Amino acid sequence: MKLNSFWLWAALIAIAGAALTIFDVIVINKFIYFASYVVLQYVILATAWNIMGGYMGYVNFGSAGFFAVGAYSSVVMYKLIQAPLLLMIPISGIVCALLGLAMGYLTLRLRGVFFAIATLAMAIMLETLITNWEYVGGASGAYVLRPRTIEPFGDYIEFLFFVMLILAIFAVAVARWIERSKIGRGFSAIRDDELAAECTGVPTLRLKLLATTVSGFLMGIAGAPFAMYVSFVEPASAFNLVYAVNSIAMPMIGGATTWLGPLIGALLLGTVQQVATVTISSELNLLIVGVLLVFFVIAAPDGIVGLFRKWRGGKK
Amino acid sequence: MTASERLLDVQGVVKRFGGFTALNGVDLHVNRGERFGLIGPNGSGKTTMINCISGALANDGGKVVFKGQTLDGKKPHERTRLGIARSFQIPKPFATMTVLENLEIPLEYATDTAARDVRDKAMDILETIGLSEQANANSGSLTQIDMRRLELARAMAANPDLLISDEAMAGLSSNEVDDILEILFKLNERGITIIMIEHIMRAVMRFSERIAVLDAGQKIADGTPDEVVNNPEVERAYLGE
Repeated sequence: MKLNSFWLWAALIAIAGAALTIFDVIVINKFIYFASYVVLQYVILATAWNIMGGYMGYVNFGSAGFFAVGAYSSVVMYKLIQAPLLLMIPISGIVCALLGLAMGYLTLRLRGVFFAIATLAMAIMLETLITNWEYVGGASGAYVLRPRTIEPFGDYIEFLFFVMLILAIFAVAVARWIERSKIGRGFSAIRDDELAAECTGVPTLRLKLLATTVSGFLMGIAGAPFAMYVSFVEPASAFNLVYAVNSIAMPMIGGATTWLGPLIGALLLGTVQQVATVTISSELNLLIVGVLLVFFVIAAPDGIVGLFRKWRGGKK
Repeated sequence: MTASERLLDVQGVVKRFGGFTALNGVDLHVNRGERFGLIGPNGSGKTTMINCISGALANDGGKVVFKGQTLDGKKPHERTRLGIARSFQIPKPFATMTVLENLEIPLEYATDTAARDVRDKAMDILETIGLSEQANANSGSLTQIDMRRLELARAMAANPDLLISDEAMAGLSSNEVDDILEILFKLNERGITIIMIEHIMRAVMRFSERIAVLDAGQKIADGTPDEVVNNPEVERAYLGE
C-alpha cells in the first residue's frame, strides 16, 4: 500500500503531540498548551466553515452558534451523567450535525447574503434560548469541574491539547477527502452555478444538506471540549462573535478553495492572536483579523495558497 | 404515430407566474431522433416551456411524459439522469473549473461512466464539439462561441437522449452560427433528439424537420418549416395585423 505524504505527516504530528504531552517536554511554561489548544480549535472551526463557505459558496455567519451548542451539549452531559470528555465529543458532534441538517432544510432555499443573514439570526436565536435555560446556568453560566490530572498525560490541559490535535487532524482529513472526491467536485459545481449543477445531474439539495451536516458536526466537536478547557461556560463567551469572524477570516486569508487554506490561515492568524494577547493586549485580536481580512480581500482574494500558486506559476 | 416513437410528450402544460399565464395548456410531442424547432416571439413562453421540461420550473397543470414516464415531481438532476440535457441561453460555465472539469461533473453525476474512463470520455466529447484545444483552459475566460460550445459539450457529457438547445446561437456571427449548426447536425446523426429554440430563422429553418410556434403561451402552429412559414397565424404573431 502506498503511504501518501498527507497521512505520513498526520501520523508524525500525532505522535509528536503524544510524545510532547506524555513526556512533558515543555515543562517551563504550561501556557503553550493553553495557547496551542485555541489555535487547534480554530483549525477545526475554519476547516468546518470552509466545507460550506469555501467549497460550496454558502457563507455561514453562525459558526459561533454551532460552537456554543457543541460546548453546551457537553455542559448538559456533564450535568446529567458527569460524562467523560471522550463521550462528550461525539455526542456534541451529532447534536451539531442535526442542527446543521435542520438549518440546511430551513435556509438553503436562500442564497448569498440572505443565507448569511439567516445563519446569523440562527446563532442569535440559539444564544437567547441558552441564556434563558436555567438548567445550564442561564445568563450566569455553568461550572464544569475538570479533573486535575489524567494518565498518562499528567496535567489535564496537556490531555486537552492532545485531544484537540487529533480532532484537528481528523477535521482536516475529512475536508481533504471531500475536496478530492466526487462530492467535492459537486460542491464546486454548486458554488459556480447552482442551476447548471442541478441540470448536469448534481443532486444539489442532498449535497447542500450533507455540507451543512458535516460542517455542523465538525464545529460541534470543536466546541465540545470548550467546557472542560475553560471550566466555566457562559453564553457571552461561548457565542462570542470572535468565533464567527475568525472562522470566516481564517479560510479567506489562507485560501478558501483548498483544505490547506483554512489550516494555514488558522495556524497563522491563531498564533498571531495568541502572541498579541500575551504581549500587547487581548483587545487587539479583532483589529488584527480585520486589517488582515481587508488586505487579503483586496490584494489577494485567493488567500495565501493563491498567492503561493501564482508565485510558483510565475516562476515557471 | 405510435406512442413508443414519441420520446417526449407534453400534454396540456400550464404554467402561471402569479396572475400571468406563461403557458396555457400547451401540447407538444417530439419523436425519437427528430430535429425539432421551437420558435415564437419574445415572451411567448419558449424558455418557460423548456424549464418545465427540464424541471427547473414545476408545471401547474398538464404533464410532461418522457420515454413513457411521467416527469411530474422529478427534480432536474433526476431528469438529467433519465436523458434530458439542456444548454443555457446565457452560458453558465462552472467558472472556477477548466473546460475538461466542466464535463467531468455530468459524466460523474449523470452517467454511470467508470471513474478511470471519465477523462477519456470528456476528451472524446471535446473532440466532437471542437473544443479539445481548450481542454485545460479556464472555462470562465473562454470566448463567446467557445462558451456556447462548452454549453453543448457539457450537455452532451450527460449522455442525453434529448438535447435542448436554448438559443445557443444568439449573438453569434454568421460563420459561428454555421459552426454551431454543424455541431448540432453531427449530434443528431449520432441518434440524439434535439429541440432547438432559436430566434435566428435561417438556422431554425435549415435545421428543423418540424417546427412548433408558441405565441402568448399557446401553440399556434406545428408542422414542417414550409407549412409554418406560410401559416397566416404565425405571420400575424410575428408581424402583427
